[in-house]
Amino acid sequence: MSPEELNAHIQSLEPAAVVVMGKQFPEVMVPEDQLRYLARELKENPSTAFDYLICLTGADFDDHMKVIYHLESTVHRNILVLKTRTLSRINPVLPTVSDIWRTAEFHEREVFDLLGIRFKGHPDMRRLFLSDEWGFPLRKDYVDEVRIVDR
Amino acid sequence: MQEAEPDRIETQEYLVNMGPQHPSTHGVLRLLLKLEGEIVHHVDPHIGYIHSGIEKMCESLTYPQIPYLTDRMDYLSAHMNEEVVCLCIENALGVEVPDRVKYIRTIFSELQRLASHQLWWCVMGMDLGALTTFFYGLRDREKILDIFEETCGARLTLHYSIPGGLMFDIHPNFQKRVHDFLNYFRKKLPEYDQLLTGNVIFQERTRGIGIFPKEAVINYGVTGPSGRASGFSCDVRKHLPYSAYPFVSFQEALDDRGDTLARYQVRIKEMWESMSIIEQLIDNIPEGDVQVKMKGVVKLPEGEYFQRVESARGDFGVFIISDGKKSPYRLKFRSPGFSNLSALHAMSKGWKIADLVAIMSSLDLVIPDIDR
Repeated sequence: MSPEELNAHIQSLEPAAVVVMGKQFPEVMVPEDQLRYLARELKENPSTAFDYLICLTGADFDDHMKVIYHLESTVHRNILVLKTRTLSRINPVLPTVSDIWRTAEFHEREVFDLLGIRFKGHPDMRRLFLSDEWGFPLRKDYVDEVRIVDR
Repeated sequence: MQEAEPDRIETQEYLVNMGPQHPSTHGVLRLLLKLEGEIVHHVDPHIGYIHSGIEKMCESLTYPQIPYLTDRMDYLSAHMNEEVVCLCIENALGVEVPDRVKYIRTIFSELQRLASHQLWWCVMGMDLGALTTFFYGLRDREKILDIFEETCGARLTLHYSIPGGLMFDIHPNFQKRVHDFLNYFRKKLPEYDQLLTGNVIFQERTRGIGIFPKEAVINYGVTGPSGRASGFSCDVRKHLPYSAYPFVSFQEALDDRGDTLARYQVRIKEMWESMSIIEQLIDNIPEGDVQVKMKGVVKLPEGEYFQRVESARGDFGVFIISDGKKSPYRLKFRSPGFSNLSALHAMSKGWKIADLVAIMSSLDLVIPDIDR
C-alpha cells in the first residue's frame, strides 16, 4: 500500500485522524477515544496488517503529553507512526493497546513509570523501574532532588 | 472429620524469588515466580535495579556525547549501540559518511556480534550445567577484544563511532589480525557443536522446550535471533540495510521450530554468517577519510527521527525528538532485551524452573539493556 493509499484508507476508517507525511514515515494523529478502534483496524485488516509494535514512546510537551507508537507490518514491510495525546497533567489517562499488541504491556508500564500516564484497561498498571513514591522523571517539570542528572 | 484421599495430595501455589543475585539471571534481574511444585505458573520480572536514567541524561547532553552513554546499556553490543545514534544523527543532518567508514563500522558490528554470541554461548552452557563451555567461549572472545583494543584502546566500551565517522583510522595490523582470527575461529566453531550442541543432556534440556509460535513472537515484539528462531523474519540488516550491509550477501538465519534449541542454533548459524560478512569486507576496505567535517555544535533540525540497527540481541532503535537545540528534547531507546523480556512469562508458563533457566538463557538477556 502506497503512502497515499494508506492515507485514504485511514481517513475512511477514522475521519477524525490527521495523517501527515513526516520526515521519515507517515504519521497519524488520532484522538484518544478513537485510538483503540483505529489500532485494532490497522492490525487486523489484511491490507494494512500492522502487526509488529516496534516501539512505544511517551513524551512531555508541557501543555500536553504524547504517546507515539511505531508500527511495522511484517507482511507489507511498511512503517507507520501513530500518535495520541492527553491534555491532563494531574490525571493523564489514555486507553491501553496492550491487548492488541502484547508487547505494549511492558512499554506502557514504562511510560507510566517515567511520565505518569495511566493506561485504562491495562491488566497490571504498576511502576516498572522506580519505587512508588518517586516522581515522574521524564516530565519536563520534574525536580531532580537527588541531583542524579544535573551535577 | 474428613480424611484426605491418599492418591490426591493437595498442593498450593507459592511464591519464590529468583534473583536479583541468581547466577542465571545474568546481572540484577529478579523474577517473582508463582510455582506449583516445580511448575512455573506465573513469571513476574522485577527490573530497575540498575536503572540509570540514560534517557533522562541524554536530554541534557549534546549529540556527540550521547554515543558514550549508549555503550553502557547493552555492553555486549556496544558498537551497534553507538552506530545507531551516529546513523540517526547523520541521517537527520543529511551527512553521508565515506565508504571506508561504512565498511569499518560493519566489520566492527560483526566482530561485536561474534564476541557477544561467544559470550552468550559459553554462558548458556554454564547455565545448563556445562561449565567447560565457559572457558572455551571466553578464550575465543579474548581474541576479538584484543583486536578492538589494538584499534581503539578499549575492550568493552569502544567509543569508536562518532557522528560523522570514526574516532580514528584502524590500526595497521587490523586486517591481518582479523584474518588470523577468522582462520582460527573457523576451526574452533565446529568444536562448539561437538562440545555442546550434540550433547544428550543439552538436547534433552532444550529440544521442544519453551516453544513460542510465530504469531506470539510478533505480538510480543521478540526480535533478533530469538524472534528468527520462530520464523519471524526481522533482520534489520536485511530489511532496512544500513552502513555496508547493502554491499554484502548473507543469509538471514531463520528457523521455524521456535523452541530453545532453535534459538540456540540460530545464533550458531549467525556466527558463521558474521564470519562470512567480515570475510567479504575485510580485504576491500576502500581508501579515504574516516571522518566528515562536522560543525562544532551539532544541532538537529526540528522533527522526529527514528533509526534501527540489528544489535546482537535484536532490533535496536533510537527515536529522537528534536526541537532544534543542541541536545535532544526527548530520546528513547528501543532496546531489544526489553521487548524480549516481556515475552518471558508467556514463553515459560507451564514449564519447570529448570526449563525457565534454559529459556532465559536462550533469550540472551542483558540487564543494563533492559533497565537503561
